[in-house]
Amino acid sequence: MACSNNCTCNKDNSGNQDNSRRDFLVKGLVGGIGAAFLSGCSANDKTKPASGEKINVLTHDGKLVAVDKSQVANFKPHISEEDVRKGIPGKKFVMVIDLAKCDGCGKCTKACNKMHYLPSNKEWIEVLEMQDSPEMAPYYFPKPCYHCDNPPCTKVCPVDATFKREDGIVAIDNERCIGCRFCMAACPYSVRLFNWTEPIKPNITETTPAAENVFQSKKGCVEKCDFCPHMAREGKLPACVTGCPMNAIWFGDANEDAVTCYDGTTTKLSQLLEDGAAYRFMEELGTEPRVYYLPPTNRTYNAKEIKIENADSKK
Amino acid sequence: MEKLNPEIRNQIEDELLGTVGRRYRQETFWVIFLGLVCVGGTVAWIIQLRKGLGVTAMRDYVSWGLYISLLFFFVGVSLIGALVSCVLRMSGAKWRYPLIRIAEAVTLSAIFFAGFMPVLDMGRPERLYFLITHGRIQSPILWDVVAIATYFIGSVIYFYLPLIPDLAIMRDKITDAPKWRKKLWRWMAVGWEDNLLQRRLLKKAMLILCIVILPVAISVHTISAWLIAFTLRPGWNSTIMGPYFVFGALMAGTAIMILIIAKLRHGYRLENYLTPKHFNNLAKILLALTAFYLYLNINKYGVPAFKMAKEEKAVLEDLFYGKNAFLFWFTQVVGLVIPIVLLSFKKIRQSVKWVVAASVMVLLGALINRYLIVVPNMLHPFVPIQHAQHGYATYNPTLIEWTITASSLAGFVLLIILLFKPFPVITMWEVIEEVEKRGEEEIGVENIVNPQNIPVHVS
Repeated sequence: MACSNNCTCNKDNSGNQDNSRRDFLVKGLVGGIGAAFLSGCSANDKTKPASGEKINVLTHDGKLVAVDKSQVANFKPHISEEDVRKGIPGKKFVMVIDLAKCDGCGKCTKACNKMHYLPSNKEWIEVLEMQDSPEMAPYYFPKPCYHCDNPPCTKVCPVDATFKREDGIVAIDNERCIGCRFCMAACPYSVRLFNWTEPIKPNITETTPAAENVFQSKKGCVEKCDFCPHMAREGKLPACVTGCPMNAIWFGDANEDAVTCYDGTTTKLSQLLEDGAAYRFMEELGTEPRVYYLPPTNRTYNAKEIKIENADSKK
Repeated sequence: MEKLNPEIRNQIEDELLGTVGRRYRQETFWVIFLGLVCVGGTVAWIIQLRKGLGVTAMRDYVSWGLYISLLFFFVGVSLIGALVSCVLRMSGAKWRYPLIRIAEAVTLSAIFFAGFMPVLDMGRPERLYFLITHGRIQSPILWDVVAIATYFIGSVIYFYLPLIPDLAIMRDKITDAPKWRKKLWRWMAVGWEDNLLQRRLLKKAMLILCIVILPVAISVHTISAWLIAFTLRPGWNSTIMGPYFVFGALMAGTAIMILIIAKLRHGYRLENYLTPKHFNNLAKILLALTAFYLYLNINKYGVPAFKMAKEEKAVLEDLFYGKNAFLFWFTQVVGLVIPIVLLSFKKIRQSVKWVVAASVMVLLGALINRYLIVVPNMLHPFVPIQHAQHGYATYNPTLIEWTITASSLAGFVLLIILLFKPFPVITMWEVIEEVEKRGEEEIGVENIVNPQNIPVHVS
């Protein structure tokens, strides 16, 4: 996956990167050795003693080989401002949320907040209680940013601080944002949050350009769910997906037609959408969200327990 | 009517120049009072800059509040210049002459603060220059910046052009002024000799500007309307916004114009120049505009109210009998219906006091209406508001916000007063010329050619 632009060892791999990429993604996630994605390998280096621990790497001709861990050097690729604005090449990220499985536990929100150093009063992914009409059964409705393909927010930004990347992500550059909040007014899903006061800064150093930072909060600037691009670069899943024990959130690449959930199951996106009769929230607005919902049929939880806070819920 | 007796001419000029640099007790009081309010606003602004927009009551749901409401108000009021100098000119209303400079001063002040409000509302005002260095011309905000800047420059020119001959009169007449002032007048009068060629050129320039500035003026406010009409939010997602804003603006501007000339009339003893005829005529315009605005309101609220589509319903219920019902019905009844009824009577239109009363009602209604356009819609988004933290699902402006809002309004009035200080309020040369050409009746002035009736200045 990320080897195509990050690895030091395979500089001429453009022709055969497709062969076992998905296989590799699955293996990487199941095996929990996702770090290999951004590891470069220095196979010629014989000076280090062997650790005995093997690690899978992708060679330039598309083969998976197990090499000793000591042979693999951790390599953080340089990501330029331009890379961040362009997005991860060849990708089209997509999310599927299975409303039948979501029991409203809110662990996705917690995982997300932990990942992005957000205080508990900020929610990039919000779990709402929905009820279409009083006669209908209520259900939980996790709402991340929809990363629309026709995004109303990026259209109105006066300084290109929020923009649509080629990989489908709608990102925010908080070194650019002037805080006019037009994007917040334009977003019909109330997804965007504003830093009304100085946020508490975590003790971390970030080397990537602002739009791919883990910590995005900046006083006087807008923030929102970013689909965890820093994780995607490493071939890892977003925090909400790995945080959802109900396997309700799937994340993947529409180009590969594959999505993965918490327990590592990878499935065909088109099949999942078809079998689950997927829909997108407020399709009639024409914003073309990149997040699909599977309707709350055969719920795995007791719907009657849900208390609706605000009765005038929609859809 | 043949040329005026030079002595009378002289007297008219003397009288109109009498306000220049003169101190009036009431005016001094107002300048100090408004100045103090502005100082308070500046302090509030500094606090806001240091602590962030968290000191306001704006939060993620109501992300635009009083500042943006006021932006819409100021952009709106600025249209009065275009109304008086262009629309009245094209409709051949000769009584506009004594009003032109006042209207342009209101316009200048309003458009200045219209440009200022978004800066107050920005989370990162220090990045304002990004609009130039990283500007995206596809964004309506950029259009707004361009339109406001263009209209501001246009208004400055339109304020300056008819001032040139007056500056020449000041240069020639006021001999006891300080040297730097005389120098400034000489420089600003750009060698005006009042010959035929110069007059012809000046008039041509004013005509061209008048034609050019009208579409600019309309675009300025239409673009502000688009800031909200371009969103997909219930209540905002409407095609009526452009005309709704433009006509609401003309209405508010006319009301402000009436209030200002009413104040100037007594304050500067200009009863002979700003006469009941002007009030009557402006009242007629105000009547037409309020009636039309009521019609637009019926369309804006009535049409969705008939359908009661799910999303619109929440907003409409809030306005009709919800939390904002009092404000809504106030704008409709006190701000529109009562003034329409009042101004329909000839007797009331001819009474300056009643016209002023109606204007106050219209102005209050217009101010509240700006708030109602912005805030209630933001409290009813598509996605229901749940688990909102305290203060997120409501909007009760803080003291800081009210202070900044009040000081912006104070600054707007203060700037108008200050614009009247160095220059005569009435365009002298044009009024004299038109009185010579058409007589007092048509221009709306009274008794100015009769030297016996020139009132004595009391300060």
